[in-house]
Amino acid sequence: MTDVYVVGIDMIRFGRYPERAVVDLASEAALLALDDCGIGIKDIQALYSGNIGETMTGQRTLQLIGQTGIPVVNCTNACATGATAFREGWMAIKAGIHDTVLCIGVEKMAPGMIVKKKVGNEPLPAEGLIGSETMPAVFATVGLEHSRKFGTTLEQFAKVSVKNHHHSIFNPKSMYRKETPLAEVLSAEMIAYPNTKLMCSVNVDGAAAAVLMSDRKARERGLTRRAVRVRASGLASDAWSERNQVMQDVNTVSRQAARTAYEMAGAGPEDLDLVELHDCFATAEILHYENLGLCAEGEGGRLIDSGETSLGGRIPVNVSGGLLSKGHPLGATGIANIYEIVTHLRGEAGERQVQGARLGLTHVVGLGSACAVHILERV
Amino acid sequence: MQQPPTIESPRPATSYTRIDEMGTPYLLGSRCGECAAVFLGVRENCGRCCARRRMQPLRLAVRGRLYSYTIVYRSYPGIRVPFISAIVDLEEGGTIKGNLVEIEPNPDKLAYGMPVRVVFRGAESALGEEAAGYVAHFFVPDGDRS
Repeated sequence: MTDVYVVGIDMIRFGRYPERAVVDLASEAALLALDDCGIGIKDIQALYSGNIGETMTGQRTLQLIGQTGIPVVNCTNACATGATAFREGWMAIKAGIHDTVLCIGVEKMAPGMIVKKKVGNEPLPAEGLIGSETMPAVFATVGLEHSRKFGTTLEQFAKVSVKNHHHSIFNPKSMYRKETPLAEVLSAEMIAYPNTKLMCSVNVDGAAAAVLMSDRKARERGLTRRAVRVRASGLASDAWSERNQVMQDVNTVSRQAARTAYEMAGAGPEDLDLVELHDCFATAEILHYENLGLCAEGEGGRLIDSGETSLGGRIPVNVSGGLLSKGHPLGATGIANIYEIVTHLRGEAGERQVQGARLGLTHVVGLGSACAVHILERV
Repeated sequence: MQQPPTIESPRPATSYTRIDEMGTPYLLGSRCGECAAVFLGVRENCGRCCARRRMQPLRLAVRGRLYSYTIVYRSYPGIRVPFISAIVDLEEGGTIKGNLVEIEPNPDKLAYGMPVRVVFRGAESALGEEAAGYVAHFFVPDGDRS
Protein backbone atom coordinates (compact mmCIF):
# COMPACT_ATOMS: atom_id res chain seq x y z
CA MET A 1 0.00 0.00 0.00
CA THR A 2 1.16 3.51 -0.77
CA ASP A 3 2.31 5.95 1.86
CA VAL A 4 0.02 8.95 2.26
CA TYR A 5 1.33 12.48 2.62
CA VAL A 6 -0.11 15.76 3.81
CA VAL A 7 1.11 18.09 1.06
CA GLY A 8 -1.04 21.13 1.77
CA ILE A 9 -2.70 22.20 4.99
CA ASP A 10 -3.98 25.38 6.61
CA MET A 11 -6.62 26.81 8.93
CA ILE A 12 -8.31 30.15 9.37
CA ARG A 13 -7.72 31.96 12.63
CA PHE A 14 -10.26 30.64 15.11
CA GLY A 15 -12.65 33.31 16.32
CA ARG A 16 -16.14 34.68 15.81
CA TYR A 17 -17.39 35.35 12.30
CA PRO A 18 -21.05 36.31 12.73
CA GLU A 19 -21.28 37.73 9.20
CA ARG A 20 -19.93 34.63 7.47
CA ALA A 21 -21.62 31.30 6.67
CA VAL A 22 -20.19 27.89 7.51
CA VAL A 23 -19.41 27.27 3.84
CA ASP A 24 -17.61 30.61 3.57
CA LEU A 25 -15.24 29.51 6.32
CA ALA A 26 -14.87 26.06 4.76
CA SER A 27 -14.05 27.44 1.32
CA GLU A 28 -11.47 29.86 2.73
CA ALA A 29 -9.68 27.01 4.53
CA ALA A 30 -9.91 24.79 1.43
CA LEU A 31 -8.36 27.43 -0.82
CA LEU A 32 -5.62 28.12 1.74
CA ALA A 33 -4.76 24.40 1.83
CA LEU A 34 -4.73 24.18 -1.98
CA ASP A 35 -2.51 27.27 -2.19
CA ASP A 36 -0.20 25.80 0.45
CA CYS A 37 0.80 23.12 -2.07
CA GLY A 38 0.14 25.08 -5.25
CA ILE A 39 -2.59 22.91 -6.74
CA GLY A 40 -6.16 23.76 -7.76
CA ILE A 41 -9.60 22.37 -6.97
CA LYS A 42 -9.58 20.69 -10.41
CA ASP A 43 -6.73 18.47 -9.19
CA ILE A 44 -8.85 17.12 -6.32
CA GLN A 45 -10.44 13.70 -6.90
CA ALA A 46 -12.63 13.49 -3.79
CA LEU A 47 -13.71 15.65 -0.87
CA TYR A 48 -14.23 14.48 2.72
CA SER A 49 -16.07 17.16 4.64
CA GLY A 50 -16.42 17.19 8.42
CA ASN A 51 -19.15 19.35 9.97
CA ILE A 52 -21.71 18.74 12.70
CA GLY A 53 -24.11 21.66 12.57
CA GLU A 54 -25.28 21.58 8.95
CA THR A 55 -25.92 19.08 6.17
CA MET A 56 -24.33 18.59 2.74
CA THR A 57 -21.63 21.04 3.77
CA GLY A 58 -19.08 19.49 1.41
CA GLN A 59 -21.21 19.95 -1.70
CA ARG A 60 -22.18 23.47 -0.69
CA THR A 61 -18.51 24.31 -0.19
CA LEU A 62 -17.68 23.10 -3.70
CA GLN A 63 -20.49 25.29 -5.04
CA LEU A 64 -18.35 28.23 -3.85
CA ILE A 65 -14.95 27.07 -5.09
CA GLY A 66 -15.56 24.73 -8.04
CA GLN A 67 -18.29 22.22 -8.84
CA THR A 68 -16.18 19.56 -10.48
CA GLY A 69 -18.58 16.69 -9.82
CA ILE A 70 -16.15 14.71 -7.67
CA PRO A 71 -17.39 12.32 -4.96
CA VAL A 72 -18.15 14.10 -1.69
CA VAL A 73 -18.55 12.38 1.66
CA ASN A 74 -20.01 14.34 4.58
CA CYS A 75 -18.82 13.08 7.95
CA THR A 76 -20.11 13.64 11.45
CA ASN A 77 -18.52 11.98 14.49
CA ALA A 78 -18.92 14.48 17.36
CA CYS A 79 -15.61 16.16 18.26
CA ALA A 80 -13.74 13.56 16.20
CA THR A 81 -15.55 14.76 13.04
CA GLY A 82 -12.62 16.56 11.36
CA ALA A 83 -10.20 13.74 12.13
CA THR A 84 -12.71 11.22 10.78
CA ALA A 85 -12.97 13.16 7.50
CA PHE A 86 -9.16 13.23 7.34
CA ARG A 87 -9.01 9.50 7.96
CA GLU A 88 -11.58 8.81 5.21
CA GLY A 89 -9.35 10.67 2.77
CA TRP A 90 -6.30 8.78 4.00
CA MET A 91 -8.10 5.45 3.52
CA ALA A 92 -9.16 6.29 -0.04
CA ILE A 93 -5.53 6.91 -0.99
CA LYS A 94 -4.30 3.87 0.95
CA ALA A 95 -6.85 1.77 -0.93
CA GLY A 96 -5.57 3.09 -4.25
CA ILE A 97 -8.94 4.60 -5.19
CA HIS A 98 -7.64 8.18 -5.42
CA ASP A 99 -4.23 9.86 -5.33
CA THR A 100 -5.22 13.44 -4.44
CA VAL A 101 -8.00 14.30 -2.01
CA LEU A 102 -9.17 17.25 0.07
CA CYS A 103 -10.34 16.99 3.68
CA ILE A 104 -12.15 19.88 5.40
CA GLY A 105 -13.31 20.41 8.96
CA VAL A 106 -15.57 23.37 9.73
CA GLU A 107 -17.94 24.60 12.43
CA LYS A 108 -19.80 27.68 13.59
CA MET A 109 -20.62 27.66 17.29
CA ALA A 110 -22.90 29.67 19.52
CA PRO A 111 -20.88 31.22 22.35
CA GLY A 112 -21.37 29.75 25.82
CA MET A 113 -22.67 26.39 27.00
CA ILE A 114 -23.51 23.71 24.46
CA VAL A 115 -27.09 22.61 25.06
CA LYS A 116 -27.38 18.95 24.17
CA LYS A 117 -30.13 17.90 21.79
CA LYS A 118 -32.71 15.62 23.40
CA VAL A 119 -32.24 12.05 22.21
CA GLY A 120 -34.26 8.91 22.90
CA ASN A 121 -37.64 8.71 24.54
CA GLU A 122 -37.07 10.07 28.04
CA PRO A 123 -40.22 11.67 29.45
CA LEU A 124 -38.44 14.70 30.92
CA PRO A 125 -35.24 16.57 30.07
CA ALA A 126 -32.51 15.10 32.28
CA GLU A 127 -30.43 18.18 33.03
CA GLY A 128 -30.71 19.25 36.66
CA LEU A 129 -32.96 16.31 37.47
CA ILE A 130 -30.83 13.25 36.77
CA GLY A 131 -27.57 14.98 37.63
CA SER A 132 -25.94 16.96 34.86
CA GLU A 133 -25.12 16.25 31.23
CA THR A 134 -23.36 19.53 30.43
CA MET A 135 -19.92 19.14 28.92
CA PRO A 136 -18.16 20.91 31.83
CA ALA A 137 -19.95 18.56 34.26
CA VAL A 138 -19.12 15.44 32.27
CA PHE A 139 -15.43 16.30 32.24
CA ALA A 140 -15.47 17.45 35.85
CA THR A 141 -16.86 14.07 36.89
CA VAL A 142 -14.16 12.12 35.05
CA GLY A 143 -11.55 14.51 36.46
CA LEU A 144 -12.70 13.80 40.00
CA GLU A 145 -12.59 10.07 39.22
CA HIS A 146 -8.89 10.64 38.55
CA SER A 147 -8.57 12.58 41.82
CA ARG A 148 -10.26 9.74 43.64
CA LYS A 149 -7.85 7.16 42.22
CA PHE A 150 -4.61 9.12 42.24
CA GLY A 151 -5.06 12.20 44.44
CA THR A 152 -4.89 14.66 41.54
CA THR A 153 -5.45 18.19 42.84
CA LEU A 154 -7.46 21.16 41.64
CA GLU A 155 -4.16 23.04 41.18
CA GLN A 156 -2.77 20.33 38.91
CA PHE A 157 -5.86 20.47 36.71
CA ALA A 158 -5.67 24.28 36.67
CA LYS A 159 -2.00 24.25 35.61
CA VAL A 160 -3.06 22.68 32.29
CA SER A 161 -4.99 25.83 31.58
CA VAL A 162 -2.08 28.07 32.61
CA LYS A 163 0.23 26.16 30.25
CA ASN A 164 -2.07 26.09 27.22
CA HIS A 165 -3.04 29.74 27.53
CA HIS A 166 0.68 30.55 27.76
CA HIS A 167 1.40 28.57 24.59
CA SER A 168 -1.30 30.40 22.66
CA ILE A 169 0.55 33.70 23.00
CA PHE A 170 2.86 32.44 20.27
CA ASN A 171 0.09 31.24 17.95
CA PRO A 172 -1.34 33.92 15.63
CA LYS A 173 -4.24 31.58 14.72
CA SER A 174 -5.45 31.18 18.30
CA MET A 175 -8.74 32.76 19.44
CA TYR A 176 -7.21 33.98 22.70
CA ARG A 177 -3.57 34.97 23.19
CA LYS A 178 -3.44 35.92 26.82
CA GLU A 179 -1.56 34.64 29.87
CA THR A 180 -3.75 33.27 32.64
CA PRO A 181 -1.75 32.87 35.86
CA LEU A 182 -2.71 30.06 38.25
CA ALA A 183 -4.45 32.41 40.69
CA GLU A 184 -6.61 33.77 37.87
CA VAL A 185 -7.56 30.29 36.63
CA LEU A 186 -8.48 29.15 40.14
CA SER A 187 -10.48 32.26 40.98
CA ALA A 188 -12.43 32.34 37.70
CA GLU A 189 -16.15 31.52 37.86
CA MET A 190 -16.68 27.91 38.92
CA ILE A 191 -18.66 26.15 36.15
CA ALA A 192 -18.59 22.52 37.34
CA TYR A 193 -16.20 21.70 40.15
CA PRO A 194 -13.24 21.43 39.59
CA ASN A 195 -13.50 23.13 36.16
CA THR A 196 -13.57 26.92 36.33
CA LYS A 197 -14.47 29.02 33.31
CA LEU A 198 -10.80 29.28 32.29
CA MET A 199 -10.55 25.48 32.39
CA CYS A 200 -13.27 25.11 29.74
CA SER A 201 -12.51 25.23 26.01
CA VAL A 202 -13.80 28.14 23.99
CA ASN A 203 -16.69 27.63 21.57
CA VAL A 204 -15.62 29.48 18.44
CA ASP A 205 -16.00 29.45 14.66
CA GLY A 206 -13.27 27.87 12.59
CA ALA A 207 -12.20 25.85 9.60
CA ALA A 208 -9.16 23.83 8.60
CA ALA A 209 -8.35 21.82 5.49
CA ALA A 210 -5.73 19.38 4.26
CA VAL A 211 -4.67 18.07 0.86
CA LEU A 212 -3.51 14.45 0.91
CA MET A 213 -1.53 12.71 -1.83
CA SER A 214 -0.13 9.30 -2.55
CA ASP A 215 3.63 8.85 -2.43
CA ARG A 216 3.86 8.64 -6.22
CA LYS A 217 1.69 11.66 -6.90
CA ALA A 218 3.59 13.83 -4.41
CA ARG A 219 6.88 12.95 -6.09
CA GLU A 220 5.42 13.44 -9.56
CA ARG A 221 4.27 16.95 -8.61
CA GLY A 222 7.52 17.83 -6.84
CA LEU A 223 5.78 18.32 -3.49
CA THR A 224 7.94 16.12 -1.28
CA ARG A 225 10.02 18.87 0.34
CA ARG A 226 7.29 20.09 2.71
CA ALA A 227 5.29 16.86 2.66
CA VAL A 228 4.57 15.14 5.96
CA ARG A 229 3.88 11.42 6.07
CA VAL A 230 0.77 10.06 7.78
CA ARG A 231 2.47 7.29 9.65
CA ALA A 232 -0.66 5.98 11.36
CA SER A 233 -4.39 6.54 11.75
CA GLY A 234 -6.33 4.95 14.60
CA LEU A 235 -10.08 5.28 15.09
CA ALA A 236 -12.06 3.65 17.90
CA SER A 237 -15.58 3.66 19.27
CA ASP A 238 -16.54 3.15 22.89
CA ALA A 239 -15.94 -0.42 23.92
CA TRP A 240 -18.13 -1.49 26.85
CA SER A 241 -16.87 -0.31 30.19
CA GLU A 242 -18.36 -0.57 33.63
CA ARG A 243 -19.92 2.87 34.18
CA ASN A 244 -20.06 4.08 30.59
CA GLN A 245 -23.86 4.14 30.48
CA VAL A 246 -24.09 7.02 32.95
CA MET A 247 -20.53 8.36 33.03
CA GLN A 248 -18.78 9.10 29.75
CA ASP A 249 -15.59 7.09 29.49
CA VAL A 250 -13.02 8.98 27.40
CA ASN A 251 -10.21 6.74 28.63
CA THR A 252 -11.03 3.33 27.16
CA VAL A 253 -11.77 4.73 23.70
CA SER A 254 -8.60 6.87 23.71
CA ARG A 255 -6.43 3.96 24.77
CA GLN A 256 -7.82 1.79 22.04
CA ALA A 257 -7.27 4.37 19.27
CA ALA A 258 -3.77 5.13 20.61
CA ARG A 259 -2.88 1.44 20.70
CA THR A 260 -4.00 1.02 17.08
CA ALA A 261 -2.00 4.05 15.98
CA TYR A 262 1.18 3.12 17.84
CA GLU A 263 1.04 -0.40 16.43
CA MET A 264 0.52 0.86 12.90
CA ALA A 265 3.35 3.38 13.26
CA GLY A 266 5.69 0.85 14.82
CA ALA A 267 6.49 3.61 17.31
CA GLY A 268 5.67 4.40 20.90
CA PRO A 269 5.05 7.48 23.02
CA GLU A 270 8.78 7.70 23.79
CA ASP A 271 9.43 8.42 20.10
CA LEU A 272 7.16 11.48 19.94
CA ASP A 273 8.43 15.06 19.82
CA LEU A 274 5.09 16.78 20.39
CA VAL A 275 1.41 16.06 20.93
CA GLU A 276 -1.85 17.91 20.28
CA LEU A 277 -4.46 16.22 22.45
CA HIS A 278 -8.11 16.86 23.22
CA ASP A 279 -8.03 19.39 26.07
CA CYS A 280 -11.73 20.25 25.81
CA PHE A 281 -11.50 20.79 29.59
CA ALA A 282 -8.38 21.10 31.73
CA THR A 283 -9.27 17.89 33.57
CA ALA A 284 -9.23 15.95 30.28
CA GLU A 285 -5.61 16.75 29.44
CA ILE A 286 -4.34 15.05 32.62
CA LEU A 287 -6.32 11.89 31.76
CA HIS A 288 -5.04 11.83 28.20
CA TYR A 289 -1.39 12.05 29.29
CA GLU A 290 -1.94 8.57 30.64
CA ASN A 291 -4.29 7.40 27.88
CA LEU A 292 -1.65 8.23 25.26
CA GLY A 293 1.17 6.73 27.33
CA LEU A 294 3.04 10.02 27.83
CA CYS A 295 3.46 8.99 31.47
CA ALA A 296 2.63 5.99 33.63
CA GLU A 297 -0.85 5.31 35.04
CA GLY A 298 -1.63 7.78 37.81
CA GLU A 299 1.31 10.07 36.99
CA GLY A 300 -0.66 12.67 35.01
CA GLY A 301 -0.74 15.19 37.85
CA ARG A 302 2.97 14.89 38.39
CA LEU A 303 3.62 15.26 34.65
CA ILE A 304 1.97 18.68 34.54
CA ASP A 305 3.86 19.68 37.74
CA SER A 306 7.16 18.67 36.11
CA GLY A 307 6.79 21.15 33.25
CA GLU A 308 7.71 18.42 30.77
CA THR A 309 4.59 19.09 28.68
CA SER A 310 5.37 22.79 28.27
CA LEU A 311 7.08 24.24 25.21
CA GLY A 312 10.78 23.47 25.72
CA GLY A 313 9.99 20.42 27.87
CA ARG A 314 10.49 16.72 27.18
CA ILE A 315 7.17 16.24 25.37
CA PRO A 316 5.36 19.53 24.67
CA VAL A 317 1.58 19.14 24.64
CA ASN A 318 -0.82 21.56 22.96
CA VAL A 319 1.72 24.17 21.92
CA SER A 320 -1.01 25.62 19.69
CA GLY A 321 -2.82 26.78 22.82
CA GLY A 322 -5.10 23.78 22.64
CA LEU A 323 -8.86 23.81 22.67
CA LEU A 324 -8.67 25.78 25.92
CA SER A 325 -7.21 28.89 24.28
CA LYS A 326 -7.00 28.40 20.52
CA GLY A 327 -10.67 27.41 20.60
CA HIS A 328 -12.80 24.39 19.79
CA PRO A 329 -14.97 24.63 16.66
CA LEU A 330 -16.09 20.98 16.91
CA GLY A 331 -15.84 19.78 13.31
CA ALA A 332 -12.67 21.79 12.57
CA THR A 333 -10.66 20.73 15.61
CA GLY A 334 -9.57 17.35 14.24
CA ILE A 335 -7.88 18.91 11.21
CA ALA A 336 -6.62 22.03 12.99
CA ASN A 337 -4.57 19.88 15.36
CA ILE A 338 -3.04 18.08 12.37
CA TYR A 339 -2.19 21.51 10.94
CA GLU A 340 -0.34 22.32 14.16
CA ILE A 341 1.74 19.13 14.10
CA VAL A 342 2.51 19.44 10.37
CA THR A 343 3.63 23.04 10.87
CA HIS A 344 6.16 21.93 13.51
CA LEU A 345 7.36 18.96 11.45
CA ARG A 346 7.97 21.38 8.58
CA GLY A 347 9.92 23.66 10.91
CA GLU A 348 7.54 26.53 10.15
CA ALA A 349 6.00 27.17 13.59
CA GLY A 350 7.93 30.36 14.30
CA GLU A 351 8.17 31.39 17.94
CA ARG A 352 6.45 28.25 19.20
CA GLN A 353 8.52 25.84 17.10
CA VAL A 354 9.38 22.57 18.85
CA GLN A 355 13.01 22.30 17.81
CA GLY A 356 13.95 19.33 15.66
CA ALA A 357 10.46 17.84 15.69
CA ARG A 358 10.28 14.64 13.61
CA LEU A 359 7.29 12.73 14.95
CA GLY A 360 4.03 14.14 16.32
CA LEU A 361 0.66 12.83 17.44
CA THR A 362 -2.85 14.24 17.30
CA HIS A 363 -5.79 13.03 19.41
CA VAL A 364 -9.46 13.99 19.46
CA VAL A 365 -12.37 12.47 21.36
CA GLY A 366 -16.03 12.90 20.52
CA LEU A 367 -18.53 11.93 23.18
CA GLY A 368 -20.76 9.08 22.37
CA SER A 369 -17.93 8.03 21.69
CA ALA A 370 -15.30 8.31 18.96
CA CYS A 371 -11.56 8.76 19.26
CA ALA A 372 -9.12 9.41 16.43
CA VAL A 373 -5.34 9.37 16.78
CA HIS A 374 -2.96 10.26 13.98
CA ILE A 375 0.82 9.99 13.98
CA LEU A 376 2.66 12.23 11.55
CA GLU A 377 6.28 12.14 10.50
CA ARG A 378 8.74 14.50 8.85
CA VAL A 379 10.50 12.77 5.94
CA MET B 1 -73.58 13.67 45.70
CA GLN B 2 -69.94 14.20 46.49
CA GLN B 3 -67.39 12.68 44.15
CA PRO B 4 -64.39 10.99 45.77
CA PRO B 5 -61.23 12.94 45.03
CA THR B 6 -59.25 11.40 42.20
CA ILE B 7 -55.60 10.91 42.95
CA GLU B 8 -53.52 10.82 39.86
CA SER B 9 -50.59 8.46 40.34
CA PRO B 10 -47.26 10.07 39.52
CA ARG B 11 -45.66 9.38 36.18
CA PRO B 12 -42.10 8.04 35.96
CA ALA B 13 -39.52 10.74 35.16
CA THR B 14 -37.22 8.38 33.27
CA SER B 15 -37.63 5.40 30.95
CA TYR B 16 -36.13 3.15 33.65
CA THR B 17 -38.28 4.34 36.58
CA ARG B 18 -41.09 1.94 37.48
CA ILE B 19 -43.87 1.92 40.07
CA ASP B 20 -44.76 -1.46 41.56
CA GLU B 21 -48.24 -2.72 42.49
CA MET B 22 -47.79 -1.32 46.01
CA GLY B 23 -47.20 2.10 44.52
CA THR B 24 -43.50 2.04 45.37
CA PRO B 25 -41.19 3.50 42.72
CA TYR B 26 -38.00 1.65 41.80
CA LEU B 27 -35.35 1.66 39.10
CA LEU B 28 -35.39 -1.09 36.52
CA GLY B 29 -32.22 -2.57 35.14
CA SER B 30 -31.31 -5.69 33.28
CA ARG B 31 -28.63 -8.27 33.88
CA CYS B 32 -27.01 -10.38 31.19
CA GLY B 33 -27.63 -14.10 31.77
CA GLU B 34 -24.34 -14.81 30.03
CA CYS B 35 -21.76 -12.36 31.48
CA ALA B 36 -23.74 -10.75 34.36
CA ALA B 37 -23.18 -7.19 33.11
CA VAL B 38 -25.84 -4.83 34.49
CA PHE B 39 -27.51 -2.14 32.40
CA LEU B 40 -29.94 0.60 33.19
CA GLY B 41 -33.40 0.02 31.72
CA VAL B 42 -34.69 -2.70 29.47
CA ARG B 43 -32.66 -4.10 26.60
CA GLU B 44 -32.57 -7.24 24.51
CA ASN B 45 -28.91 -7.81 23.82
CA CYS B 46 -25.72 -7.43 25.82
CA GLY B 47 -23.40 -4.57 24.92
CA ARG B 48 -20.60 -6.21 26.84
CA CYS B 49 -20.48 -9.86 25.68
CA CYS B 50 -22.82 -9.46 22.67
CA ALA B 51 -25.12 -12.28 23.84
CA ARG B 52 -28.58 -12.03 22.26
CA ARG B 53 -31.86 -12.18 24.16
CA ARG B 54 -30.27 -13.28 27.41
CA MET B 55 -31.21 -10.16 29.41
CA GLN B 56 -33.17 -10.55 32.60
CA PRO B 57 -35.01 -7.73 34.33
CA LEU B 58 -33.48 -6.59 37.60
CA ARG B 59 -34.91 -4.35 40.31
CA LEU B 60 -31.93 -2.15 41.17
CA ALA B 61 -30.87 -1.79 44.79
CA VAL B 62 -31.50 1.41 46.74
CA ARG B 63 -28.24 1.33 48.64
CA GLY B 64 -25.01 2.41 47.03
CA ARG B 65 -21.83 4.41 47.32
CA LEU B 66 -20.67 7.69 45.79
CA TYR B 67 -18.22 6.89 43.00
CA SER B 68 -17.62 10.35 41.50
CA TYR B 69 -19.46 13.66 41.24
CA THR B 70 -19.31 17.27 40.25
CA ILE B 71 -20.91 20.35 41.71
CA VAL B 72 -22.71 22.15 38.93
CA TYR B 73 -22.66 25.95 39.18
CA ARG B 74 -23.64 26.72 35.63
CA SER B 75 -26.20 24.61 33.82
CA TYR B 76 -28.72 25.08 31.03
CA PRO B 77 -30.86 28.21 31.19
CA GLY B 78 -33.49 28.01 33.94
CA ILE B 79 -31.92 25.11 35.87
CA ARG B 80 -31.42 25.83 39.56
CA VAL B 81 -27.78 25.74 40.72
CA PRO B 82 -25.69 24.72 42.53
CA PHE B 83 -26.47 21.04 42.67
CA ILE B 84 -24.44 17.87 43.05
CA SER B 85 -24.43 15.56 40.04
CA ALA B 86 -23.44 12.18 41.47
CA ILE B 87 -22.37 8.84 40.04
CA VAL B 88 -23.38 6.04 42.40
CA ASP B 89 -22.42 2.37 42.33
CA LEU B 90 -25.36 0.33 43.58
CA GLU B 91 -25.16 -2.71 45.80
CA GLU B 92 -25.93 -5.82 43.76
CA GLY B 93 -24.75 -4.16 40.55
CA GLY B 94 -25.37 -1.20 38.31
CA THR B 95 -24.23 2.42 38.33
CA ILE B 96 -26.64 5.34 38.11
CA LYS B 97 -26.47 9.11 37.91
CA GLY B 98 -28.63 11.56 39.81
CA ASN B 99 -28.74 14.57 42.12
CA LEU B 100 -27.27 14.08 45.59
CA VAL B 101 -29.43 16.13 47.98
CA GLU B 102 -29.69 16.85 51.72
CA ILE B 103 -25.98 17.62 51.89
CA GLU B 104 -24.15 20.88 51.32
CA PRO B 105 -22.74 21.16 47.75
CA ASN B 106 -19.20 21.53 48.99
CA PRO B 107 -16.27 19.22 48.13
CA ASP B 108 -15.20 19.23 51.79
CA LYS B 109 -18.51 17.63 52.80
CA LEU B 110 -18.35 14.87 50.18
CA ALA B 111 -16.23 11.74 50.35
CA TYR B 112 -15.62 9.19 47.61
CA GLY B 113 -17.21 5.93 48.63
CA MET B 114 -19.65 7.56 51.08
CA PRO B 115 -22.85 5.54 51.56
CA VAL B 116 -25.93 6.93 49.86
CA ARG B 117 -29.48 5.75 49.41
CA VAL B 118 -31.84 6.13 46.46
CA VAL B 119 -35.06 7.97 47.32
CA PHE B 120 -37.98 8.94 45.09
CA ARG B 121 -39.46 12.41 45.05
CA GLY B 122 -41.48 14.65 42.85
CA ALA B 123 -39.42 15.93 39.91
CA GLU B 124 -40.62 19.45 40.73
CA SER B 125 -38.25 19.46 43.70
CA ALA B 126 -35.43 19.80 41.16
CA LEU B 127 -37.03 21.33 38.08
CA GLY B 128 -39.86 23.42 39.52
CA GLU B 129 -43.61 23.31 38.95
CA GLU B 130 -43.34 22.48 35.23
CA ALA B 131 -42.18 18.98 36.18
CA ALA B 132 -45.01 18.38 38.68
CA GLY B 133 -46.66 14.98 38.42
CA TYR B 134 -43.44 13.09 37.71
CA VAL B 135 -41.50 10.99 40.20
CA ALA B 136 -37.71 10.81 39.95
CA HIS B 137 -34.81 9.26 41.86
CA PHE B 138 -32.44 11.24 44.06
CA PHE B 139 -29.60 10.27 46.38
CA VAL B 140 -29.39 11.12 50.07
CA PRO B 141 -26.52 10.44 52.49
CA ASP B 142 -27.00 7.10 54.26
CA GLY B 143 -25.12 7.45 57.53
CA ASP B 144 -21.88 5.70 58.41
CA ARG B 145 -22.63 2.29 56.93
CA SER B 146 -19.30 0.53 56.52
